[in-house]
Amino acid sequence: MDAAILSPVPAVAVDPMVPRPFRIVRRVKEVDGCFTLHLRSLDGRPYAFKPGQFNMLYVFGVGEVAISVSGDCRDLNRLVHTIREVGTVTRAMAQLKVGDTIGVRGPFGNPWPIEPAYGHDVLFVTGTVGLAPLRPLVMEVLNRREHFGKVVVCYGSRGTHDILYETLLHQWRGRFDMQVHVTVHSAPAGYRGRVGSVAGLVKIARFDPEQTVAYVCRSETMTRPAVQALYERGVTADRIYVTLERNMKCGVGFCGHCQMGGSFMCKDGPVYRYDTIEHVFSVREL
Amino acid sequence: MVQVEGLGRLLAEHPFFRDMPPDVRDVVVGCCANAHWRPGEFLFQEGGKADHFYLIRQGSVAVELHAPGRSAVVVENIGEGDIIGWSWLVPPFVWTFDARAIDQVRAITIDGACLRSKIDANHELGYHLYKRFIPVMGRRIAEARLRIVDLATDGAD
Repeated sequence: MDAAILSPVPAVAVDPMVPRPFRIVRRVKEVDGCFTLHLRSLDGRPYAFKPGQFNMLYVFGVGEVAISVSGDCRDLNRLVHTIREVGTVTRAMAQLKVGDTIGVRGPFGNPWPIEPAYGHDVLFVTGTVGLAPLRPLVMEVLNRREHFGKVVVCYGSRGTHDILYETLLHQWRGRFDMQVHVTVHSAPAGYRGRVGSVAGLVKIARFDPEQTVAYVCRSETMTRPAVQALYERGVTADRIYVTLERNMKCGVGFCGHCQMGGSFMCKDGPVYRYDTIEHVFSVREL
Repeated sequence: MVQVEGLGRLLAEHPFFRDMPPDVRDVVVGCCANAHWRPGEFLFQEGGKADHFYLIRQGSVAVELHAPGRSAVVVENIGEGDIIGWSWLVPPFVWTFDARAIDQVRAITIDGACLRSKIDANHELGYHLYKRFIPVMGRRIAEARLRIVDLATDGAD
């Protein structure tokens, strides 16, 4: 059943370089500089993806940008993207309204593998907008909850005002079958939550390190200390999955913009098992 | 005497002191006391003499920095099992932050001034204390630097 749900929709011969038109049916402001678009395809065909995959979103007349899918992979009729305004394209995207049309190419990339975590504790380590690419995986783990041991989310944000999906985090925290730890970099006096690093959360979270699969979605700079914290707890590199970011353009491994060593991140990534890329992770020239 | 025995046991169970040689730990026990703070009370304040450090047994403590005309900013929370305060080791032995109880806090207070005087005569004691404090200091400095990088790089994650 699960496999059927997550199988790609029967392929229609489409050119991966040609965007499909999608209409914005809902727009949600998340935190400052970050918004979510809910999209529905104009051609009527369902859209299937796996957690961790991304699309090239095209603002007509402006340009394209790679954005991870952040919605529920079981909802084939609604495509959800959470987007941070950082450049020309995403700033233009922020001006779009419900009813506007956007181009979508994808899904591309290697998804978060979920089956290796069957029978294990599952740990998600993420921060700020990094929760968006992980959300489909968390949702899917909860959909298949009986296959896993403890489910733990360690999330960090800069301040109390920019906790992404705060309502959802509260809902998850309210469940009896998962732990949610949230920390912020700094807070106003009187704040009763945790203030400190995400690595500090990894230190206190309750899971069995020898039986844990960890999914880390942070910037590369912040991934290293997160992985180090996992190592200190006893989680080995072959049970840690990370995601990397590069300047993706074509999405299909043609153009080479996102090449890292012998790997094309748009095609072979953006999700990697850590032991397969550890040797290149800190190479500055890459 | 009963209280000293109790503190010795608490120290021996604490991860920070657990593997310290018992005879060295006994010297530290002689500088210990139990302490308690209500929510909102300060353990110490910036600019004050740093003559103590604390092992948090219960509750959590906010490390704050105050700015004139603004409310204080919490930069870190220290929780149960953690240690707080290293300014007693670093001249001029003055606190550089405030530490305020978030909730009911119980801690073992250790007299750093007392230990400083003993370290001069007992270098082994100094070695064992520095050996434990320096990793804590290093880790917190590294975490602080990473948070600065995260802020400076526009929170790319």
